[in-house]
This record gives sequence, structure tokens and C-alpha cells, in this order.
Amino acid sequence: MSASAVAVPPLPAERPSRRRRDGGRLGRSGPMTYLIAFFFVGICIGPVAYIVIGGFRSNSQIILSPSGFPDPWEVGNYASVLTSGIFWRQMGNSAIAAVATTAGVVVLGVMASYVLARYHFRGRTALYSLFAAGLMFPMTVAITPLYILVRELGLMNSLAGIILPQIAFALPVTIIILVPFLRAIPKELEEAAAIDGASRLGFFFRMVVPLSVPGVITVGILAFVASWNSYMLPLFILNDETSYTLPLGVQAFAAQYSVDTARVLAFTSLSMIPALIFFSLFERRIVGGLTGAVKG
Amino acid sequence: MSDSQGENTLTTRSPEGPSRVGGGATTAPSPARRARRGPDWRKRAEIALLSGPAVLLFLSFVIFPVVMAAYYGFYRWKGFGPPTDFVGLDNYLTIFRDSTFHDALLHNGFIVVASLVLQGPAAVALALLLNQRMRGRSVIRVLIFVPYVVSEVIVGTGWSLMLRTTGAFNDVLDKIGLDALTVDWLADPDVAIWSLMMIITWKYIGFAVILFLAGLQSIPEELFEAASIDGASYWQIQRRITLPLLGPTIRIWAFLSIIGSLQLFDLVYIIWGQYVAATAGTSTMATYMVVNGRNAGNYGFGNAVAVVLFVISLVIALVYQRYVLRRDTEGALTEGKKR
Repeated sequence: MSASAVAVPPLPAERPSRRRRDGGRLGRSGPMTYLIAFFFVGICIGPVAYIVIGGFRSNSQIILSPSGFPDPWEVGNYASVLTSGIFWRQMGNSAIAAVATTAGVVVLGVMASYVLARYHFRGRTALYSLFAAGLMFPMTVAITPLYILVRELGLMNSLAGIILPQIAFALPVTIIILVPFLRAIPKELEEAAAIDGASRLGFFFRMVVPLSVPGVITVGILAFVASWNSYMLPLFILNDETSYTLPLGVQAFAAQYSVDTARVLAFTSLSMIPALIFFSLFERRIVGGLTGAVKG
Repeated sequence: MSDSQGENTLTTRSPEGPSRVGGGATTAPSPARRARRGPDWRKRAEIALLSGPAVLLFLSFVIFPVVMAAYYGFYRWKGFGPPTDFVGLDNYLTIFRDSTFHDALLHNGFIVVASLVLQGPAAVALALLLNQRMRGRSVIRVLIFVPYVVSEVIVGTGWSLMLRTTGAFNDVLDKIGLDALTVDWLADPDVAIWSLMMIITWKYIGFAVILFLAGLQSIPEELFEAASIDGASYWQIQRRITLPLLGPTIRIWAFLSIIGSLQLFDLVYIIWGQYVAATAGTSTMATYMVVNGRNAGNYGFGNAVAVVLFVISLVIALVYQRYVLRRDTEGALTEGKKR
């Protein structure tokens, strides 16, 4: 279709239309554009910067001038959070929950998606619809029975009690992203593998798993960030401060040290750093994954 | 996986074999592949092995709790032992008569509408703006997405510190001479829901912009070329070509936004907590459910609220899909379901 790819230098004859297209589609970015964009970015980043910078102030600075800059910069708040056991404990809990959730979602999701994408059997449509229907069941609706179920299983205050439901609730999105992805692997490849003597399982492990890596990264990131930020489920399942994940930890810390605003800000900003690093590393994938997920 | 029996079973034992040869050649995979594979039991074992764990986990932690929510909703139940005190529709009658629930429902309705009105046009405008060729575009994209990635707890904690009466927000207003505007952003019932909308907009507009940018990029360039050759101006192109073609993306975004607004819990519960949300006028159905369900120890009642919340969301989702999304998803969704 669009044979005139962007990277290809245009033929002389094409040049005029190209220039006009840029004018039509992309517009000309005047100073006004930069101003608005800059303003918008400022609004997006401002509150985050407030948290991070506020952590470098002392409480008296914050009381005297709530919106000021640190003067002088205090590192004590950050130091006291970084040397507190509870912060690292909760960071560890969050990391374990997020990694285990991600691994579970990826492994179970790829296996189930492979079946749904490339096996033909009666009930396949029903199975796919069942998972797709899962999109309609947000955790909010199921949270109370889920809490009771986890309690009956004896998993209260344990990370397994949030990991298992998180995997289950992440499966629909994962499967909806991965099934078209796995279906797109050319049949010729599977036929070639079969001719070479690979079974369907052999094809799965040798060809599908490596080829599905880009899709897997997308769903893995979505699962990781969702788990890292998850609030409602831990709120119900984890009642003991040593089992808290960071979101609960931030809230508890903010309640406990409500007069020590500077330290709350330091704790809060440190707890978002891992997610931000993770996000900036995989930003393209996250954005691509979200838009891909939305488009079905 | 050494696999020699692939050769042995060059038969049409697969039940799907004949019908597929006759039927839809477009959707079915090539028959040759099917026949070469192992016997039927082996295929079934593979299906069970590969999809079994996911199905099991999904059934026990998603479907089962949802079904149980419907069941518990008919009982007065404190959450211990099996529910025995069957009360029929009493829980539901209580919900529909409770003015606190009416308030929460009203707040949800307001949030749904306000989210669409506040975020939609602004996000489209920003996406059009950022779709222009400009320096630092990729950096800008990352930065506007940051609020979406930061967790609700951090957003809630940070914003409640900024918005408290002695917080940074009022301080800034003071400094720029707008001290007449300083109010109690979180506790004043007339203002609190607008503060909530401000925070929601801040947190989720980046998602809308990124979505729309992706939608803009999928519009074929030829259309813009053709239009500009025909002498269309920039604004004409945006109005006549870009916006209509961005329609599907906008409609999907609106769908996600509506469902998200109906289910809203985290931000409200974090900022206003269980006691203040109702008096500040920011309670939602979900916070009502948690406060009057688990926190009050009335598990049966809480489940009934969950069912009401679910049914409301489902009805809205179905109506929306039936009347708004249908033309967009005809290709995408039905394709998966027809198979």
C-alpha cells in the first residue's frame, strides 16, 4: 500500500507531493506548538517533581513555604528511608509479587494462547470467549469472594495470596494480545518444522516460544506494572505490615508519619523509582502494548 | 521431541478433516498440516497440558468468585462459616433505598461524563499538536505518560499533600495573586469532586493522548496527500479526514474511560478514606461497597453491591458495544468469535 516508505529517499518526481503531505499531516510546529507542549509536559511532571523535590526539604521549610524549593537541600529524609528495614522489606515484597505475577502470566498465557491460536478442537471458541469475558469482570466485582477464597486457602498475609489472583486476572488481556500474535506465525513455518520431524509440542518450544518474545515482553510489562501498582487486592489480603507491598506501605507510612511530611515525600518518591525506571526502559513496548491491546 | 509417529498417521482420522476440506477454505488451516500430526488423544493431552493450568487458575480466581458474589448477595452473612441466613432480595432493596448509595451512583455518573468531556477534546487536541514534526517528540511522549505509570497510591498521597489547605497548591495560588481562589480542595463538598476530576484528568489524559497518537499514525498517508493536492487546508484536513478516521480510537478510549469511571476505587479510597468520601461528596459505588461490605463486616451486603456495580457496568458496556462500537469491532471481535 504505502510503498513510498518514509525512510526511502523520494524520487525526484515525488518530492512536491511529499512536501505537501508533511504540510498537511504534520503541520508546521511553530513556537506556539512548543509552548503548549512544554506547558502540558510541565503539568504532567509537576506533581511528580513536587514529590521528589519535596523529599529534599525539611518539615519547617515545607510549613514556611509549601511550594518552595529546598534551601538548603536535605538528604536526611531519603537517608532515613533508605536505611529503614521496613522500606526494603516492602520493596522486596513488591518485587517478589511483581516478578512472580509476571512469570506466571507469561508462562500460563503463552501456553493457553498457543492452544487457542493453533489447535483446532471443539470448544475452542467457547474457551476463547470465556477468557474474553474475563475482561468484563474487574477485580472490584470479585474482591469480596476473592478475599474469602484466599482466606479459606490459608493464604492471608502471604504474597501467594495476591500473586495467584493477579495472574488469573491478567490472563484475559494476555490471551487477547497473544492469540493474534501467535496466529500470525506463518503456517509454512509450522509445516516446515513438521516436515523436519518436530511434533506440535516441539514446534511450540523451539519455534513459538522464541518467536513470541516481543508479544511476551509487552504482556509481561503490563503484568509487572499492574502488579507493582496494585492496591485493592493487597488492601484486602495483606493486613500485616511486614507482608505489605509498597502501595500499602506508602499509605501506612503516610498515615503513621502524617506530621513528618518531608519523610512521607521521600518514602513516596523512592517507592515510585523502580516503576519509573522499568517504564523508561520499556516505554515503547508499554505504549505499543496498550494501543495493541485496545485495538484488539 | 523426536516425533516419528507423525508419518504413521497420514490419515483423515481427525474429525475436522473432511468438513474443513469442503468448507471455509479461508479460515481453516491447510488440511495437509492436520493430517500429519499425532493421534487424537495426543492432541487432547497437549491441549489439556498447555491450557489446563491457565483455565484452572482463571476458573478458580476469576469465574468462581464472580459466581460466588452473586450467591452471597442473597444472604445476610458475616463472612464466617457457610452463609445460612437467606434474605432474598433484601440486600438489593436496602441498596436501592439507601440515599448514600444514590449519592455514590450520582458521583459515578458525574465522573463518567466529566471524564469524557474534560479528557476527550483536550486529548484529541494535544494528540494533533504532538503529531506534528517537532524536536524532542519521543521525550515528550515518555514524559506525558509518567502520571499513568505512577501508582494510584503515590498519586493519591502526593496530591492530597499538595491540595490540603496548607499545601503547595494554595501556596502557589497565593503567590500568583489568586488567593481568592484558595479553598479546602479536599473537604469542601462543593469542590472535592472537581479536585477528584482534576486528579483523574491529570493521571489518565496521557493514556488518551498516547492512544490517539497511535491512532493518528495508523491513518494512511495517501489520504493526506490526496486532500492537500485537492487544496485542503490544515484545518480542513484535520476536520474532514483526521477526526473521522480517529473515530474508532476515540470510541474505544471512551469505552475504557466509562468502564474505568464506573469502577473507580483506588484514588477515592486513598485520598478521602472510608469515612470522609461520603461527606466530601466523592464516594463511588466501589468505595460504598468496601465501606459497607467488608469494613462493616456485612459480606452478603457487600457482594450484593458488587453485583449491582457489575450489572450497571455490563449493561452500559453492552449498550455501548451494540450502538457505538459495533461498526468498529465488526472485523476484530467477530472474527475471533466466529471461528
